[in-house]
Amino acid sequence: MPSATLLGQSVLSGVFIGALYGLLGLGLSLSWGMLRQVNLAHFALAFLGGYLTFQLSGRLDPFVTLALIAPLFFLAGLALHWFLTRFSVTLLNTLLVTFGITSIIEAGIQWFWTADFHRMENAYAAVRWKVGPLFVSLTDVMTLGFALALSLGVWGVLRFTDLGKAIRAMTEDAPIAAAFGVNERLLGYLVSGLAAAVAAVAGLCLALNHTLAPVQIYAWMGVVFAAVMMGGLGRPIGPLVAGIVIGVSEAITMAVTNPTWAPLVSFSLLIAILLFRPARFS
Amino acid sequence: MKINRRRALAAGGAILSAMALPGGLRAQGKPIRIGSTLPLTGPLASLAIIHKVTAEICVENLNKRGGLLGRPVEWVLRDDQSKPELTRTLYEQLITSDNVDLIQSPYATASILAAMGVAQRYNKVLLHTSFGIPRLAKYDMQFQTAGSPFDPENVWPNHIFDAAAKLPKPPKTVAVVTSKFPSVHAISVGAREVLKKRGLTEVLHLEYEFGNRDYGAIASRVKEANPDFLWGGTNGIDPVLMLEAMKKIDYRPPAQVHLFPAPGPMLKMPEAQGSLALTTFESHAPFTDDPTIAQFVKTYAERAKEAGIPYTSVDLQSAIMYSAWQVLETAVTSTRSLDDKTIGAWLKKNEVKVLFGTLRWNGPQNYVEGADLYKVKQLQQGRWVVVHPSQWAAPGAKIT
Repeated sequence: MPSATLLGQSVLSGVFIGALYGLLGLGLSLSWGMLRQVNLAHFALAFLGGYLTFQLSGRLDPFVTLALIAPLFFLAGLALHWFLTRFSVTLLNTLLVTFGITSIIEAGIQWFWTADFHRMENAYAAVRWKVGPLFVSLTDVMTLGFALALSLGVWGVLRFTDLGKAIRAMTEDAPIAAAFGVNERLLGYLVSGLAAAVAAVAGLCLALNHTLAPVQIYAWMGVVFAAVMMGGLGRPIGPLVAGIVIGVSEAITMAVTNPTWAPLVSFSLLIAILLFRPARFS
Repeated sequence: MKINRRRALAAGGAILSAMALPGGLRAQGKPIRIGSTLPLTGPLASLAIIHKVTAEICVENLNKRGGLLGRPVEWVLRDDQSKPELTRTLYEQLITSDNVDLIQSPYATASILAAMGVAQRYNKVLLHTSFGIPRLAKYDMQFQTAGSPFDPENVWPNHIFDAAAKLPKPPKTVAVVTSKFPSVHAISVGAREVLKKRGLTEVLHLEYEFGNRDYGAIASRVKEANPDFLWGGTNGIDPVLMLEAMKKIDYRPPAQVHLFPAPGPMLKMPEAQGSLALTTFESHAPFTDDPTIAQFVKTYAERAKEAGIPYTSVDLQSAIMYSAWQVLETAVTSTRSLDDKTIGAWLKKNEVKVLFGTLRWNGPQNYVEGADLYKVKQLQQGRWVVVHPSQWAAPGAKIT
């Protein structure tokens, strides 16, 4: 029987990895739910963000790099949206097109940084606290903080502001929203840019907590997709909650059984929700 | 001409010596085309670049020395994208469409197995560098060039526990934590048997999927089990991720092995210092006592830097590729033939001196049972050094 400390530390670990799932899922959920674009390139952008943070961290504090990378990614999001709308790419085809873009970005990363592993040395990684018998690291807390702030912030904007109402109206029925004066095109660009900027934040957290390699772009896709689908498309808090549920479930599975069972958890949860709450995906 | 063991070793030695000679001989005529694939993209790309740089140096040196049988050598390389199914197709193309004269090794067990099927269909000799499950190598004309034993699941754990027994505090309890990556998993399964036979106690056994992202719970379980020795059935970046997770909970195993870690990323980690790992070759004496090998180590460092490879020392990966080209050159030179059957027959009866020892193929399925050319290295003060067996240890190095 695992001890309380083991369980507690595993739950904490699950919460923190779940926060990263949520952070990666936020941008994907926004573009999928609101723009009807299944943007696989979001993962590649997040890793590109991680690599750029790694590259710039020799000269700048990793958090300062965000001031450069996030606006750059916002512009990339605008360009992607222009491309997808200019050629009227359908929902299914966005999956294929953005997979192609992912491959191009992956090749670019490999060309510039090689396929080898890179690890960002940073002072933040050495900071950790002991809370009772448990340990908490600063970089994990920062990831959770970013995930909470961005998810709640986007939720707040969508829920309480006129801009948010306009975006929700656009998502609900774009032609009718346009008839009421909502600038559908402009809002589409805004959401796409925002989703890409969130990828920059996710990239910073990846660089702070993980070792970077181009091929790892694909390692996160399955579980983050599950978090997005479980959390509900276009719902900013959903991927974070679902991500934490998945992360904690995986961590407890690893703590009490053989860790090899852990990857089954996210997809078993997804299948269960598909069976019992299919309306969530309509 | 009858070729005996002494003559073969002499040929190998002559080739090694000739590598030190300045260029002057000119290869002439139609090039000898040697085809192979490497995973230049995909999950194994970080290792493939090491093999590519090494092979390029080998071919370049070969041509400087007058090529093979007086003809220049052309290496036809294809990217198998780390996909065994693509490897199979590409080897088929290399043989039937590119009309290569000989084939050379792809990388990793699954791709080698895929290439082996094609080699068997066309009766080609397949030299291979990194096949982790020898019992699956059923083809009569496959020859490993990595110095692996027929039974790595028995030989390698014994190497490691022999080395661990020399630690200042020899372990009595072991936690076995292994990835399900096929070769390291098979070795770790063997390690569980070996440790029992040696009177050690297994206090934890965990398996995780290759590509695991979160090691938090695994680190906590190892900490709670509190072993004297962590057996990491790990490869690539896994050891780094595992040790980082342990660092977050303020834990460090008293002693540990990680079978095949990516060498570079571990160097900078204080938590990784003292880790053991398997190798065939490291860039220090006595390996570099041979001036030819010392020159290769130097050239590799330059080329690796140019190629953007973070770890520029010759170690296991580059050494097994270098040895594959040494074997090919020795076999062709000794037989004066490009005929696969002639080369295959010669390899079965002879042995070849390579940069980390002498290879032979006279056991089951062209392997040797119970013996190999692998060594145990340890990360000491930011540098990997061989510590076991003692005849290959770096000067003055001891297990700490």
